[in-house]
Amino acid sequence: MNAHLQPSGSAYFIDNAKPLVETHTLAVVVDNEPGVLARVIGLFSGRGYNIESLTVSETQHEKHVSRITIVTSGTPVVIEQIKNQLGRMVPVHSVADLTVQGNSIARELAMVKVAGTGEKRVEALRLADAFRARVIDAGTQSFIFEITGKSDKVEQFISLMVPLGLVEVARTGVAGITRGVEGMKV
Amino acid sequence: MATNEMTGAEMVLKALQDQGVDTVFGYPGGAVLPIYDEIFQQEKVEHILVRHEQGATHAAEGYARSTGKCGVVLVTSGPGATNAVTGLTDALLDSIPMVCITGQVPTHLIGSDAFQECDTVGITRPCTKHNYLVKDVNDLARILHEAFFVATHGRPGPVVVDIPKDVQFAKGRYVGPKNIEHKTYRPQVKADQNAIRAAVDLIATAKRPILYTGGGVINSGPTASKLLRDFVEMTNIPITSTLMGLGAYPASGKNWLGMLGMHGMYEANMAMHDCDVMICVGARFDDRITGRLNAFSPNSKKIHIDIDPSSINKTVRVDIPVVADVAHALEDMIRVWKSKSISLDKKALDAWWKQLNGWRARDCLKYKQNADVIMPQYAVERLYELTKKKNTYITTEVGQHQMWAAQFYRFEEPNRWMTSGGLGTMGYGLPAAVGVQQAHPDALVIDIAGDASVLMTMQEMSTAIQFNLPIKVFILNNQYMGMVRQWQQLLHGNRLSHSYTEALPDFVKLAEAYGCVGIRATKPSELDDAIKEMIKTPHPVIFDCRVAALTNCFPMIPSGKAHNEMILGEDVADEDVGSVIDSKGKMLV
Repeated sequence: MNAHLQPSGSAYFIDNAKPLVETHTLAVVVDNEPGVLARVIGLFSGRGYNIESLTVSETQHEKHVSRITIVTSGTPVVIEQIKNQLGRMVPVHSVADLTVQGNSIARELAMVKVAGTGEKRVEALRLADAFRARVIDAGTQSFIFEITGKSDKVEQFISLMVPLGLVEVARTGVAGITRGVEGMKV
Repeated sequence: MATNEMTGAEMVLKALQDQGVDTVFGYPGGAVLPIYDEIFQQEKVEHILVRHEQGATHAAEGYARSTGKCGVVLVTSGPGATNAVTGLTDALLDSIPMVCITGQVPTHLIGSDAFQECDTVGITRPCTKHNYLVKDVNDLARILHEAFFVATHGRPGPVVVDIPKDVQFAKGRYVGPKNIEHKTYRPQVKADQNAIRAAVDLIATAKRPILYTGGGVINSGPTASKLLRDFVEMTNIPITSTLMGLGAYPASGKNWLGMLGMHGMYEANMAMHDCDVMICVGARFDDRITGRLNAFSPNSKKIHIDIDPSSINKTVRVDIPVVADVAHALEDMIRVWKSKSISLDKKALDAWWKQLNGWRARDCLKYKQNADVIMPQYAVERLYELTKKKNTYITTEVGQHQMWAAQFYRFEEPNRWMTSGGLGTMGYGLPAAVGVQQAHPDALVIDIAGDASVLMTMQEMSTAIQFNLPIKVFILNNQYMGMVRQWQQLLHGNRLSHSYTEALPDFVKLAEAYGCVGIRATKPSELDDAIKEMIKTPHPVIFDCRVAALTNCFPMIPSGKAHNEMILGEDVADEDVGSVIDSKGKMLV
């Protein structure tokens, strides 16, 4: 009975039809000035958009330009709003929707700590090999694996490690880029 | 020493002068004392000392809105900055260009919870278009010029520059405003010509077109208003406007339908609902305009001209988006229209006008006159009649009186009407009038106020006295927060929870206490003389206009309803006022 109270873009939007929610990866080139990340994150929290993953690092040191990769989800209308809202921020140079542009690659890196002995330890190593995860630290009781790939591959590897003694995971979040000769406008 | 070597505080004044700023609204405090010391030692920039920082921001908004220039505010750190937040948010929502300089504790104390420290850039980040914390005096001049550039280009808005006290004392190199733009911020002002052609082609096919215009026309400047009038003249398309856009097209113009929206004209809303081509010019499909979104103008193709791409398709899907400054877009559209020598289907347009005139005949603003009590609508009507031939500027507070002012005061020119539309800030009108009067010393500046709103920033009367700003505060005094009460009657079973002000001051005595003139009118028969007395008084006036206490503001689109489901004043007897909004509508704001 409270269907009309569900949050939406506007208080007047009493439409029960739920358009499909899509996940998009956005690349945002910004001036690396103090507060720029807070500005971007504040936009998402203030307007009720989702952030599934966010990575940021300075990519052009001499120009003080950073690149933010954001994985977000929403209806097509909301995704369009997110891009426009990002685009009009003063320190934002450009916004690219890697999902719409299609021909793009997204990767993330995870460090996975697994502790155990005996058969479990052997099995963890075997699986790491199958997933092309590298051992970057090893002790008699534990390994740390480094795995790089698409998020679902990282996800799958981590879930396989759970019964084998998963202790903790550190993930970088997704970074994305388009294929081909063209670069992003900066 | 090179001539462009100076202290940060000197730079602030130099930058203001180089930007052509003649007035700053502000309030001193510990963290801006070096800048105030510089103000003391020069005469080019006049400083208007307000009584509360919120007043400074609204005064700057009034100044900006009535001149088209950038408003400038100067406040101290901590409470100075937090008090300015309401006005900054107001300016953001109404797209008013403003630069607000805030003092900050010295850089080495930032983050230590120092006296009068707050995270100004953190607090103002979501309520400004952009903000800066200046950490090096050598960046200060550039940042100040950049702040003016950002505030006045693209969709205008407020920009905060937070300057720590040590940066104000430090010496550095000053750079002039020449060639300073933001290094990347370049809003698009010229439209994609394919979009212009598509828009013109669509309008050419219209049988029931309507122009829906907004504050963007005013922001674009006087040229935009002129081009809008030319476009209406050329096409004979009916035109309505949002609250923020009043005056862009003259209320006496023959194509004028009046304001649209929640308390807009019946004919304007019906036309929006039944049109086949809607041309939205510098407006943003706000919820006060659209009513129920899924019933909003269901059978029309929509063109949306807006300088801010994020306004397009935000709540209403449009068919032809045109990202551009209004004046540029209208100029292009008129040129293409003429080059193709288009004329609209005259027969269809005549039929459309016939229907519009039929709706007009409903006379939706009709109200019952009363011989003993001043009706608030009548008060605004008389105020209009007695001031329309003068050089008049109107500001308002927020509530019923604001809607009556919008409905009954008729604006012929842009920049004559200052009101808080987006944020709906009670207390806006009085300080805004101070700013308007400062910009137009010889004009008649009237704040059409409500008794509740005006008390929120009443202290600025003291500012008006100090600087000889003869503003007229015309209070429609019904002793209620009228709009709150109206909603309680409509939605909450007439339980008037805290919407009656039991202890109002005597406004005439209050006027005298401030050192200005108090005038009271209680009967319709004495209203005209009292208004005339107010107009001819060369000092600030508080006019206590006692109006019918329980009058409600109609027509109205109840929340959750569509444009063609308006209720008119004559339809609503007092006893069934509580049943006109259904349970779904009651959930909305």
